Amino acid sequence: MGRTGFPSNVIGFAIGVPLILAIGMLEALRPMGLSLPALTGGLLTLDTMIRVGLFTIILVGLNLLMGYAGQVSLGQAAFYGMGAFFSAILTVRARTLSIPPALAETWWWPWVVMGMGALLVGMAAYGIGRPILRLRGHYLAMATLGLGIVVYILLRENMGLPHLNLTGGFDGIQGIPRLRLGGFLLWPAWRYYFLVWLFAFGAIALGLRVVHSRVGRALRAIHGSEIAAESVGVEVPHYKAMIFGLSAAMAALAGSLYAHFQTTVIPATFGFGPSLELVVMSAVGGMTSIWGAPFGALTILLVQEALRTQLHRVLPNAQGEFEAIAFGLILVLIMMFLPDGLTVGGLRWLQSRPRLHIRFARRSFKPG
Amino acid sequence: MKAMLPISPDGTGGPSRQPLLEVIRVSKAFGGLMALVDVSLRIWPGQIKGLIGPNGAGKTTLFNLITGILHPTSGDIRFQGRSIIGLPPYRIAALGIARTFQNVQLFPGMTVLEHVLVGGHRHSRSGLLGAILRSPRTRHEEEETRARAWAVLKRVGLAEWADRPAESLPLGLQRILEIARALATDPQLMLLDEPGAGLNLMEKAHLAELIRSLNAEGMTVLLVEHDMSLVMGLADEIAVLDYGQLIAEGPPEVIRQDPRVITAYLGEEDEVWDAARG
Ligand SMILES: Nc1ncnc2c1ncn2[C@@H]1O[C@H](COP(=O)(O)OP(=O)(O)OP(=O)(O)O)[C@@H](O)[C@H]1O
Ligand SMILES: [Mg+2]
Repeated sequence: MGRTGFPSNVIGFAIGVPLILAIGMLEALRPMGLSLPALTGGLLTLDTMIRVGLFTIILVGLNLLMGYAGQVSLGQAAFYGMGAFFSAILTVRARTLSIPPALAETWWWPWVVMGMGALLVGMAAYGIGRPILRLRGHYLAMATLGLGIVVYILLRENMGLPHLNLTGGFDGIQGIPRLRLGGFLLWPAWRYYFLVWLFAFGAIALGLRVVHSRVGRALRAIHGSEIAAESVGVEVPHYKAMIFGLSAAMAALAGSLYAHFQTTVIPATFGFGPSLELVVMSAVGGMTSIWGAPFGALTILLVQEALRTQLHRVLPNAQGEFEAIAFGLILVLIMMFLPDGLTVGGLRWLQSRPRLHIRFARRSFKPG
Repeated sequence: MKAMLPISPDGTGGPSRQPLLEVIRVSKAFGGLMALVDVSLRIWPGQIKGLIGPNGAGKTTLFNLITGILHPTSGDIRFQGRSIIGLPPYRIAALGIARTFQNVQLFPGMTVLEHVLVGGHRHSRSGLLGAILRSPRTRHEEEETRARAWAVLKRVGLAEWADRPAESLPLGLQRILEIARALATDPQLMLLDEPGAGLNLMEKAHLAELIRSLNAEGMTVLLVEHDMSLVMGLADEIAVLDYGQLIAEGPPEVIRQDPRVITAYLGEEDEVWDAARG
């Protein structure tokens, strides 16, 4: 797997990196009035591409957790939210927390907070993961769902400390500062886009390295047979919690990046719906593939965008519910015809066409 | 092939010998069902011990107790003189007990080589950080693990299947692969749960040869098997379970004649034992 996986990953980066760079340059320079929306008929915007990058970071973690280790999480948006609010609170509410302005107003403070947030959320998830991940299947799904709801309510209810007003309740936190590198402001959006995609490709590289390692092997073994993995000495509880922690840390990092992008965070962005959306993105892209992450995110964001802007043309009286129904239908179709997701399913379809009889085992873990 | 070491449960084989594994008055209840009642067993280093008994006698349950998947209701299990009760399975594996499964437990989607690499898991250390940074130490370790895995594959005759998905192997080879995976942990004691089930005669001969040669190299084996000729030919001592109780123990020639054993198996024919697998 390590050997067969290598070239396809090189191809992935060789196509992906220039493509992302080209989009960024296009938006930075806008040569001759050309722009991303103009070239894609309004379907793609820089804003969408930044979101794809953010979700890619989360989805790589989620794919490691669900696709490789076989552990469901229906509460992943909670970690995303924890990262976002951690950054928001420690930058905007620095005074409330008696953080000296000399510190809180340096350009590097938000970066330190971002790193701390990812680390703390990852460690917390490891701690929670040890007991929770003993559960399997539906029980684990319920537990992670519960975890997500608890975090959401804590954010919404000011973590039970209304007098401090740390999370801002329903309305969340506004005025989160933009990121800087020394004196260099990472804004307008195209600059931020490059930053986000730097992290996104970093996440993909990290995911691939984990997959093609002793750790990745242990995770896939746990997925296949926990008992057999444990019987050859794989410390199953530790490994499950570790990958849960890693996926949470990645979600938290994406959350921090989101906070500094949006400059506003509200709890509703991190509730149960978004958690479910992440699982859908993961499934659509292909859980058992790291490269599925950007495709899953892009597909779902595009479908949502298209439904929101185009549905009324087909159904003039369509309301919000129709969007949800159409969205659901599209998902059902994708799952019926490409049950392994777009990347794995698509690759298999390509390979099955020109009499290339490469047999894939069902539920095979194609690297990359 | 019989008894490369004289078996002496009272320790006369050597003054300082201690059993490799000692099962001491172990009972296991599943709700009201007593799957094992007061079972005591000793396995001596270098031995091939057979464990037989009709379906539902409690053989697999005993394996699950020894490997920490289940915990006994009462009694003690000692490995190299040390109690292993309450240890999680991965700790017990780390002590040097490996096993195969009656219902083959493979890792779907993983190749034959990868199964054996997972078997070598406990001989390397590198974790998440090593994987992400791909440090020289991690790479070196990985090379070593691969070399060891290849050696194991060659040892059991699976080298040419290395890159095949494990589930594409015929059952006979899947069972050999389970042995290879267990072997890669470098155990001192191997628990084989019906390794011959579902195999044809040729595959069984190959299996017997493998077990015998492993034993000749010093591996201690506890073998559960329904194929009487297979187990009688391999084991130097046989224990018989019936309804969770140890009803007989001794050399194969003696067990074959034992009236209690014959009664326990009464009405069961070889084909029935072979066909009936939990
Ligand atoms: N996890 C469990 N929960 C409840 N009952 C169990 C469990 N495992 C085994 N049993 C019961 O314990 C008894 C012993 O089962 P076990 O699998 O140990 O028998 P066995 O000797 O391995 O039989 P076979 O030759 O069919 O494999 C059976 O009655 C079985 O139904
Ligand atoms: Mg059994």
